[in-house]
Amino acid sequence: MAAAERPAIDLADAFVMEAPALADWLIVAPLVIGFIFAALCLMTRKDTGRQPVIAIAGLVLILLSVAGLFVHVLANGTVVMAMGRWLPPFGIAFVADTLGATLALISGIVGLATGIYALREADNTERRYGFYPFLLMMLSGVICAFLTGDIFNLYVWFEVLLLGSFGLLILGSRRDQLDGATKYAFLNLIATTLFLIAVAYVYGLFGTLNMADIARKAAVMEEVGPRLTIAALFFFAFAMKAAAFPLNFWLPASYHTPRLAVGAVFAGLLTKVGVYALLRILLTIFPADRDDLAIAIAVVAAASMMLGALGALAQTDMRRVLGYLVISGIGIMLAGLALGSATGLSGTAFYTAHSMVIMTALYLLVGIVGAAAGTFDLHRAGGLYATAPWLAVVALILAFSASGLPPFSGLWPKIFLVKASIDVGAWWLAAAILLSGFLTTIALVRLFAFAFWRPANPDMRSMTLGEVPVARLGLPVLVGLCGLTVIAGLYPEPFIQVSDRIAFELMNPVGYIDAVYAPMPIQPAAAEGAVQ
Amino acid sequence: MRTLIFRATAPYLTALMLLYSIFVLLRGHNEPGGGFIGGLIAASALAIYGIACGVSPVRRAIRYHPMAISGFGLFLGAIAGIFSLFAGVPYMTGLWVYPTVFGVELKLSTTLIFDIGVYLVVLGAITSIALALEEKERD
Repeated sequence: MAAAERPAIDLADAFVMEAPALADWLIVAPLVIGFIFAALCLMTRKDTGRQPVIAIAGLVLILLSVAGLFVHVLANGTVVMAMGRWLPPFGIAFVADTLGATLALISGIVGLATGIYALREADNTERRYGFYPFLLMMLSGVICAFLTGDIFNLYVWFEVLLLGSFGLLILGSRRDQLDGATKYAFLNLIATTLFLIAVAYVYGLFGTLNMADIARKAAVMEEVGPRLTIAALFFFAFAMKAAAFPLNFWLPASYHTPRLAVGAVFAGLLTKVGVYALLRILLTIFPADRDDLAIAIAVVAAASMMLGALGALAQTDMRRVLGYLVISGIGIMLAGLALGSATGLSGTAFYTAHSMVIMTALYLLVGIVGAAAGTFDLHRAGGLYATAPWLAVVALILAFSASGLPPFSGLWPKIFLVKASIDVGAWWLAAAILLSGFLTTIALVRLFAFAFWRPANPDMRSMTLGEVPVARLGLPVLVGLCGLTVIAGLYPEPFIQVSDRIAFELMNPVGYIDAVYAPMPIQPAAAEGAVQ
Repeated sequence: MRTLIFRATAPYLTALMLLYSIFVLLRGHNEPGGGFIGGLIAASALAIYGIACGVSPVRRAIRYHPMAISGFGLFLGAIAGIFSLFAGVPYMTGLWVYPTVFGVELKLSTTLIFDIGVYLVVLGAITSIALALEEKERD
């Protein structure tokens, strides 16, 4: 290397001197794999037969890498990698704590499930116009948003996943899709702009964009005003992205228009990125301001729950019912954030993971139901119990799980959240959680009763599952997702342990900060070995 | 646009601009320039050719679909960081080699691979849009 003739500079001032462990590379693996396979799909855009093979291979590799990362984080604690070797706060750091790794794992599962389901749903035109590249880019955007430790980089990943979602939303170019996509794009861009303004304030105030750096500077800052302003702006922006009341109206206007596989991956992932960003920013970075905002968050949470559940009851299109249930779930996740206690946050973490799986499964279920019944209209569907009894079993499991009834995974987080609410005397929040669960039960059982139990509508030509193209791959995927909710419901201890750990890490951000800043001063001997 | 002067000069202009775009791309690490602006210049070169001689000669000349070119650029960008894995440094660390070819020291790096990736992404994406617009115009 010709570097020898340059003046000697102490690289340790600016550079990470330790070689990263091989397992630490798992933190960038979803990014690299997602982009490489999306690029391969783009290069083979005319070859609609090969694209799905490439995409499924990419999705499987992403799932393996996030599963590996999850195991690695559970075993060795928070994983950090500084891009380009620059020390934080100058280099962008990727930081995987238990929350990020868990959500990344569930995203990998959701991505693969919808990718497999879409094999029979996305037609050749949609493949040519980029269904798989969009899906892969969106998935890596979502996973990287969970893993990045830099607030501007979080904005970039939001853009990546939004662009992917815009593409997926308008594939097909039907009139109602464009109508939904306009509302979706416009409101999301407003939220993104607010997010960016808040980021600019952060940079102006703290002179840094690294989350751990902001967190330690915010902790010693005495002026409350500017900090609270920033926290409130972030809350507004991310609550909008999470479709919390009263900024929720873009979601039911758009999620029912694209393919069901697209709706499933949206419902499973996108709003949860907003929830994740709220948890990260209001708990890791600005914990003191969360306490000030707690009552506002609680009101938003309760209103979202009730509005979502009531909206679901009022709809007659099965896909719109689910759109409102997503909003109701967001309210329940925000309840834990509002409470801020260990029990509450544990409930939020568990419920977020549960909701990602269940909402995806419900959308895929409705896809099969709609195809089998020949309509998504609850007034006209019917008779599926006779033609598809096993689908009815799956539907009932999912309905119970989404409503929080035993013995499925929705039960435990709701118990935690209700307990946490009662602990601090927030009876009205506990009541809202229980009432919204009750209304969700009615909404989903109504869907079940109409589509499955009611005798078939003689005007409609309903099909058996063998005749429904999406069912052949869709049913195994659904059974797999159902399996997850049954396991988490019957044997919740390991899941509760993980969510307790997430809650602990969120309540003690010092662990997150130390993970980014502690390993930097290292022994010179080790450093020399690493460089050459 | 079917004026004789434009049609006669456009191929030369395109060739010059493409050459210049590569110059801008390569000087970009320490001086103004780089993959993004280079890609824009190259895309405008193809757009000028398209305006002068029609879209199908451009599509024939670049052989691959513009989106496929973009995809290849994205691919280069993603793999540029992987070399770090073998050098024992974090992802996306710039790695340099200085081989001497015909008495000239060349500075090659993984950053350059990334920049070429950016060049191709911009070239492919903007060309794709420009050609689609030019096709519309004649309908």
